[in-house]
Formats: sequence, structure tokens, C-alpha cells
Amino acid sequence: MDFIAILSIFVLACFVGYYVVWSVTPALHTPLMAVTNAISSVIIVGALIAAAAAGEAVSKWLGLLAVVLASVNIFGGFAVTARMLAMYKKKERPVAAKK
Amino acid sequence: MEHTAPVNPWVALAYLIAGICFILALRGLSSPESSRRGNRFGMIGMGIAIITTLVTHVPLGGLSGAHGPAIALHGDFVDLVTAGEILVAIAIGATIGLTIARRIQMTAMPQLVAAFHSLVGLAAVLVAGAAFLNPGAFGIAEAGVIFVQSRIEMGLGVAIGAITFSGSIIAFAKLNGNMSGKPILLPGRHILNLGVLAAILALVAYFTQDQAPWIFWTITVLAFAIGFLLIIPIGGADMPVVVSMLNSYSGWAAAAMGFTLHNTAMIITGALVGSSGAILSYIMCRAMNRSFISVIAGGFGAEDAGG
Repeated sequence: MDFIAILSIFVLACFVGYYVVWSVTPALHTPLMAVTNAISSVIIVGALIAAAAAGEAVSKWLGLLAVVLASVNIFGGFAVTARMLAMYKKKERPVAAKK
Repeated sequence: MEHTAPVNPWVALAYLIAGICFILALRGLSSPESSRRGNRFGMIGMGIAIITTLVTHVPLGGLSGAHGPAIALHGDFVDLVTAGEILVAIAIGATIGLTIARRIQMTAMPQLVAAFHSLVGLAAVLVAGAAFLNPGAFGIAEAGVIFVQSRIEMGLGVAIGAITFSGSIIAFAKLNGNMSGKPILLPGRHILNLGVLAAILALVAYFTQDQAPWIFWTITVLAFAIGFLLIIPIGGADMPVVVSMLNSYSGWAAAAMGFTLHNTAMIITGALVGSSGAILSYIMCRAMNRSFISVIAGGFGAEDAGG
């Protein structure tokens, strides 16, 4: 793929990211941060490619280590977001009732 | 551009679907009703991205990724152990991640997110290191000479990854109480920071002329240092904003590595995370009535934030 095509994808995705979170409710700031964090572990794709690449043994081990780190983040990140959202739902009702 | 790799359309399509799932995840997390569905979309997207990469890149016996994009797998080297190793690595990570997620106190959430960011940053550094040490396998070099464009992307990727790593470690230590939440103000820190940043950029520029290992690793070390220097002057009260900002950095690091590896999943997702993380930190600043610039520049508003 040529550079301009890749750059176009990148720039358009930046704009999507810019517009998509503006309306977030303050109570969801932390869960949103947690889910964004989990999503940023897409770096695992690069780690998998490195781990699967033939040739240099060192770079393969670096890749495997990166796979471990990114998997901690993926599973931990989504699980923690789910936990927070479950809590948010329970807390929501009394707050709404007070208003 | 010197290098154009054949792209498997199915892979590109799968990565596009993963990207859409991530957009829906971010959108979903913006309102309480759709938040759980959003989280589920995130998981689905990540699952698609991982499985697609595994299927196309792992040399599984006869299916040795003949049409893997950008990767020229050496025909004489098919490692059957690789698939097993990768699955074990994912399993180890999953076990650690799920255990932490289950045990962690709800009040410790911000520092946990900071700790997780440091992992992404370190992973980005490792991937960049792997690409630098073994460029042939990533299709970014010819006869051991790495393409100039790839050198820039790699240099920036490793720098942003390293900043994310060390910055997140400091943010974690401050939030967790391992380190005082008070801003640490070094004399002449703005000049020092600008100097280190300029040195990193200069080295990235020099890296395009000479691919000597010392340049690559010096960039890495300087970036670790600047991550540390940028975060220590920021007070504990501003840390949530910093964590969100570091989140944005981790996205840019992933996008830079995506450019290096010509991988659209990493580019789309990295850009999404990078820009939405930046906006989220701006929104958080506004909610706290803090000036975005002064939080990020570090320590300008330290007097009223310290405590």
C-alpha cells in the first residue's frame, strides 16, 4: 500500500476519534479511559507479527514478551471496564432519585 | 515510496471491521445506556484483529502465510513451535490481566489504568526493537538496509512508546502513593525538556542517514528520560488528565508502529485512541476547571494544584 493511502486512513481515523467522544458523561470518564486503554493494546498485532517472524531469535523473543504485555492489557483492560460499568449501573438509581 | 507489498483484501477487510468495532466501543462508552454494549464491541474488535493476524502471519506447517501482507516468510524456515509459543504468551498475559482486574480495589482504578498504559508503551518499544533488529522479516529493508521512511516511523514509534512507558510509571507511582503527589520542579526544567526533545528529533533525523544501533537505542533512552521529566512536575491532582494524555500517546505509538509494519489495524486503531484520548483529557480538564496547556506543560499551575 502506498504511503498516501495509509496516510489518508490515518488522518480520517484521527477525525473519527476526535468527534466520537465529545458527548461523554463525566461519570463515564474513567470507564472510557479504561476501554481506550484496552483498545490501545492493538499493538499486540505488531507483537504477534514480530513473534511469528522468522530470522533473528532476539526479535522473536522481544515480540513474544510484547505479546504477553499486550495480553495483560487487553484482558485486564476489558475486564476492569466491565467491572466499572457494572458498578455504575447500580449506583445510578439513587443519584437519579435524589435529583 | 520504495516498498509496496501485496495486501490480502480479506485481511484488510477484517482489520476494517475491527476498526469499526473500536469506533462503536468508544461511542458506546459515551453514554450509560450503551456502555456495556460498547465494551463488548471493543472485545469483538480486538478478537477479530488478533485472530486475523494469527491466521495470516503465524507459519502453521503448510499454511505458511503465503499471502501474508508485507511479510516475506523465509520458505526454508517454518517454525512449528511458533504458534504454540504465541498461544502460551497470550494465555500468560490473559491470566495475569484477569487476576489483576478481579482483585483490584475500585478506588485504585486510575493507577491501574496508568500501570496498564506502561505495558502498552513497553510493548511498543519491544515491537520497534524487534523491527529494528530483524527488518528483513517485516519487509522494511533491502539487503539489511532499512528504508528511510521506515526509519523515521520506527524512530518516532520507539520514542513515543518509551515516553508512554516511563511517564505511566511515574503517573502510577504518584497515584499509588509510592511517590509524593507534590510536583517536583527541577530548576530550568523547561529548557532541559526542550533540549531533550530537540535531541530526540535530531537523532531521528540523523537515523535516516545512518542506521547504526547506537542511534536507535539512544533515542529510546532519551525518550525514557523525557517521559520521566515531563511527568514529575505535574501535581497528583492533575494525574487523571495525565493518565488520559498518556493513553493518547500509547495510541500514537501504536499508529507509528502501524506505519512501520504497513498494518491498517494498528494505524486506524492507533489514530482513534490517539485523538480520542487527547480530546478526553481536554474534556477532563474542562470538567475540573483546569487549563489544558498548563497541565500538559507541567507545573505552571503547580502552586494551586499541589497539596
